Order: sequence, then structure tokens, then C-alpha cells
Amino acid sequence: MTRIAVLIKQVPASDNVKMDEKTGTMIRSATDAELNPLDMYAVEEAIRLKEKLENAHISVISMGPPQAIEAIKEAISMGCDDGYLVSDRKFAGADTLSTAYTLSAAIRKLEGFDLIFCGERATDGETGQVGPSVATQLDMPVLTYVGKIDKFKNGVIRVHRSVEGGKEVVEASIPALISVIKEINEPRIPNLSGKIKSKKTLVPILDLSKIDAPSDKIGLSGSPTRVVKIFYPKLSRTGKVIKAKNAETAANELEKFMKSKGIL
Amino acid sequence: MMSSEEYSGVWTLGEVRNGEISSVSYELLAWGKKLSEKLEERLSSVVLGHNIKRKSQELFEFGADEVYVVDNPKLEHFLPDIHANLCEALVREYKPGILIASATTYGRTIMPILAARLKTGLTADCTELDIDLKEHILLQTRPAIGGNVMATIKTPDIRPQMATVRPKSKRPLKPDKSKNGKLILKEYSSDLYESRYKWLSFEKDESSDLPIQESDVIIAGGKGMKGKKNFDMLYDLSKMLNGAVGASRPTVDMGWVPYSHQIGLSGKTVTPHFYMAFGISGAIQHVAGMSSSKIIVAINKDPDAPIFKVADFGVVGDALEILPALLKKLGKGERNE
Ligand SMILES: Cc1cc2nc3c(=O)[nH]c(=O)nc-3n(C[C@H](O)[C@H](O)[C@H](O)COP(=O)(O)OP(=O)(O)OC[C@H]3O[C@@H](n4cnc5c(N)ncnc54)[C@H](O)[C@@H]3O)c2cc1C
Ligand SMILES: Nc1ncnc2c1ncn2[C@@H]1O[C@H](COP(=O)(O)O)[C@@H](O)[C@H]1O
Repeated sequence: MTRIAVLIKQVPASDNVKMDEKTGTMIRSATDAELNPLDMYAVEEAIRLKEKLENAHISVISMGPPQAIEAIKEAISMGCDDGYLVSDRKFAGADTLSTAYTLSAAIRKLEGFDLIFCGERATDGETGQVGPSVATQLDMPVLTYVGKIDKFKNGVIRVHRSVEGGKEVVEASIPALISVIKEINEPRIPNLSGKIKSKKTLVPILDLSKIDAPSDKIGLSGSPTRVVKIFYPKLSRTGKVIKAKNAETAANELEKFMKSKGIL
Repeated sequence: MMSSEEYSGVWTLGEVRNGEISSVSYELLAWGKKLSEKLEERLSSVVLGHNIKRKSQELFEFGADEVYVVDNPKLEHFLPDIHANLCEALVREYKPGILIASATTYGRTIMPILAARLKTGLTADCTELDIDLKEHILLQTRPAIGGNVMATIKTPDIRPQMATVRPKSKRPLKPDKSKNGKLILKEYSSDLYESRYKWLSFEKDESSDLPIQESDVIIAGGKGMKGKKNFDMLYDLSKMLNGAVGASRPTVDMGWVPYSHQIGLSGKTVTPHFYMAFGISGAIQHVAGMSSSKIIVAINKDPDAPIFKVADFGVVGDALEILPALLKKLGKGERNE
């Protein structure tokens, strides 16, 4: 059997964001959380791979607060087999190194994965570091920016990586970790039977007592980085907006502006 | 872990693409120079590649005091484990206080691997780097949550302090032809060149010479461009301005433009000098990827389009009429000069 893990994260929803007219910054409603949109592609790709293989099993793994179970259930409703929530108050405050440490410890506990999928980046932290860090801590190769899986056979996975200026075809031996980009597929909408199944599926919680991780490696104390300060940049600009009489005057005005800024 | 006093010097990880030193390597040196001057420490670059020794000399002109070069046929293509082995060996031997790389697909792959091996912190996609002179510490500032929040981050105790910086967040220094430096050619034993990866081939992206993240000028189109054919005008304009074409998500989803051109939350984040949006509404998910551009111009039929809120200059009008007029105008201008 091929065992596949998908790492997913629950993030603040991006749909309900609005601009604050006064401060010019984005406002997010604090209550809404969703499955990281970029992780849907990882979930979908795992399911597509499973559909091609004769015998495969997909486990979703997420580290986060108890409500992250919702994101795990969503992935299960799309077609993953089961899920685990890595959750403990002591994991709080983790940076990418310590998050990856904790996730690796959980993955080691669950043992035996041939492939691990993750998203390109989470839309809140936007680092894209957790995947490569998990792979390194588990001592496996990592294929980043994957836009296509070409072949998966005889212990080798061949992929197309989208890099600057083109696509690179690379192979790695398994077990391996793969971070996918949006280009790779079109995630499915869960159907009714998937939703029913996910409701019934019990999602075990892996807390600190269930994984093998010393307390100085997890949470804030396991994080080498510290946030010094947070500030909110003004996104809005006080630019002039003109209504041009016709296309020619518009072009003239654009040319004038570009010249004044040294673009032309 | 060793105490931070043993570590000193600012290192940049040069980037080799198709056998050439990529321009992001020079941008990194501009950041490195600022940091090393404040710290009064040395500025060094690392270059891993094949037939790269001679070309590495150029890094001196752009500010490097020293360049560590590993030149080996096995480095012709990027195999992450080999690069990580060599970087790790260099860092462990020379102990730099700071190591920065570009937030390209290369930097964003190799740096988290390296940071995990060295068990140190890593801050992604910084747009500002500075030194806290009291603590002699690197301050790494980066946008998060779609540019909604800026966070300044430090790595107080563990060395090296590592960060990737966004391409185009700083211009390279003017090259100083008279400046020289020390080239340190390193050789390593064959076990560091063992790899679990195999590189097979590279297929050039027909639609772009320059990746959008590394372009000074981006001419972007949205659904208001109405069709694939009309994007040709954007390509024409971008060529005149030495830029690249960007796109909103629906235009990518409809197949008008390849995904590598998508800007926003689920595409690329860009910081060009000049960003021009034609027929883009300015949804929050798009703005997340372009709001830190230096100059933003928008053309949209709808006077209430949110894109105007982030624009330095806006024109309310039909992009499909204004674009041809602008192309004609600029085309003419060029011929007259
Ligand atoms: C999870 C998630 C992730 C997303 N990620 C991204 C992302 O990465 N990038 C992204 O761009 N979007 C993203 N989106 C989609 C985003 O919400 C918007 O739907 C999208 O940006 C709109 O694209 P648009 O401006 O081209 O189209 P529209 O919103 O349809 O706007 C078209 C604009 O063109 C104008 N127009 C029409 N005709 C003309 C004309 N002839 N001349 C001039 N103007 C004209 C209209 O007035 C309108 O303002 C994401 C959404 C979600 C939910
Ligand atoms: N807390 C988490 N739990 C599970 N997976 C995660 C977590 N954080 C990040 N990931 C995975 O790592 C990817 C990159 O996240 P990030 O490095 O935070 O941008 C995400 O798309 C997820 O697949």
C-alpha cells in the first residue's frame, strides 16, 4: 500500500476581507477560518494520485487549535481517508522551525508515509518554509513548486517544477515531500457522500504526550525567531484619478505621468 | 549551539541560473553592503556552480569583499541536497553572523533546508533588512497576511541569522570596476556530492524572458481585457518598457495567460518599480500581490473600482481603446528619438 500524508493548515478566510477606508488597510473578520486555499491543491493531487494507484491511503495532518478539525474534515470530505490534529497549548507560538519540528514528530509517530504533500505556502504566514523544513527534519528529499506529477513508479517520483523562466523536470527517491502550486489541478467540490463520511470520521488529537518531542524544541521555546514588532502599512494611495474625454487624451495623460516618473 | 560571538560577517548566497550569475545576486549584495557597513564586518558571497569561477569575480565590483566559490560539474543543475551539503559545510567552517538569499524558487527551497539543518531561524520574503546597533542584531521586516500586516523579526540567540529577501526590493550598487576582493575556491569530498535527486531537463517558458518577480515594470491585465487576443497589446507595451506581463486570476483560469504570470494571493507577489493595471478590479486577493509596487497606475471603466484606491494615478476609461492609443503614441515617440 502507498501511504500518503497531506499537511494542511487552517487560516483566516480571505473572502471576507475588505479595505478599511480610513486607514487604507485590509480588515479581516476575525471569526472566519478556512482551509488554506493553496492546500486544496495538495489535497486534490493526493486524491488524484490515490485514484491512479491500486492501493493507497491518505491521511491529513494539521497542527493548530481544536477548531482546525474543520479544515481536516473538509479535506476528508474531498476524499482523504482519515486525519490527525496535532494540537496542544504547548505548541503555541511556534515559528516555522518549531512547527516543522512538531509536525515531523507527529509524522514519525504515524510512520511509514511514502509521500507527503503540502501547499506552496499558507496565506497567513506566507513563508512556504514549513514543507522543506519538515522534509529536512525527516531526512527526505523535497520537491518544491511542483506543477505536475509526471511519474510515480518503482520508488521514484518525477515532477515538473515551475521555476523562474520555465519548467524543470526532476526526480527524487521516495519517501519524499512535495509542495504543489495552483497550476497543478482544479480542486473538486466535496460531494454529499464525502460530507457524510467526514462527519462520521473521528479525528484523533495528537497532543504533546502522544508525540516524541522535548519541550525545548516546541512552541515558543523551540522557536529561534522572535517578533519584535507588528505594524499596519497603509495600502491606499492618494493618487489622482482622471476621466479622459477620449482615448487619445487618456494616452496623453498616461504618457505625461509616466514621463514625470521617469518610466519613459 | 555555539555562542553568537564566534559568528561574524555578512554572507549572501549568490544564484546561478543557466550558467550565469543571476541579477538577484547583485541585489543581495546591495542589502549585504548596508548591513556589513553598519556592523563594520566583512561582506562575502557564496557561489555554487559549474564553470563559474571567472564569472564570480564580478561580485567584487558589486560590493563583495570575499567570494567563496565551489566549482564542480555536479553543480550544473540545482540538486537541493548537494547545495545544502556545501552551504552547510561552508557555514560550519566560516561561521557567518548573517546569511541572506533571494526569495526566488531557489532561495525559498535551499534556505529552509539549510535552516532546518543548522537549527536556526529563517524569515521569508523580507522587504526590509536593518541592524539593531545596540544588540548587533539583524532586523528582518516582511509583509504577511496579504500585505495587511508588516512584522519585524529577529533571531536573538542562534547563528547564523537567516532571511530570504524579495527580488527587486533593492537595486544593485553601481559596479566599481576598480574594486577587488579575495576569491576562495573550495573543494569538497565526493560524499557531499551524493544526491537523492536526478535532474532531467529544462523547458523554457515561451511567454516570458523575464520572470515577473524580477521585472522592474509589470503591465498587468484583468478580465476587463475581454480576451486572450487583447493580451497581445499588453505584451507589446511591456516590450516597449522592458517589462513583463502580469495577470489577475480569472484571466489565468480562462487560459488567456499562463499561471506563471498570475499576481496575488494564489499567485506571485511582486514589487516592481512600475505596475500598470488594465481592466483589473483590484480585489483584495489581487492587491495582496502587488500593493508594495513603487508606482501604480490603473485603467478601468468603473470609477468605483477598488484598484483606484491603491493607484498613484488612475484613468477611468476603456482599456481596449486607451491601450491602442498609448501604443501608437509610444511607438511613434520611439521612432522619432
Ligand atoms: C482564495 C482566493 C484566492 C485568490 N487569488 C487570487 C490571485 O492570486 N490573484 C488574483 O488576481 N485574484 C485572486 N482571486 C480572485 C479575486 O478575488 C478576484 O476575483 C480577481 O482578482 C478579479 O480579477 P479581475 O480584476 O481581472 O476581474 P473582475 O473583478 O471581473 O474585474 C474586471 C474589471 O475590469 C473592468 N473592465 C471591464 N471592461 C473594461 C474595459 N473595456 N476597459 C477597462 N476596464 C474594464 C471592470 O470595471 C472591472 O473592474 C482569489 C480569490 C480567492 C477566493
Ligand atoms: N500548522 C500546520 N499544520 C500542517 N501543515 C502546515 C502547517 N503550517 C504549514 N503547513 C504546510 O506547509 C505549507 C507551507 O506553509 P507556510 O510555510 O506556513 O507558508 C502549507 O501550505 C501547509 O501545507
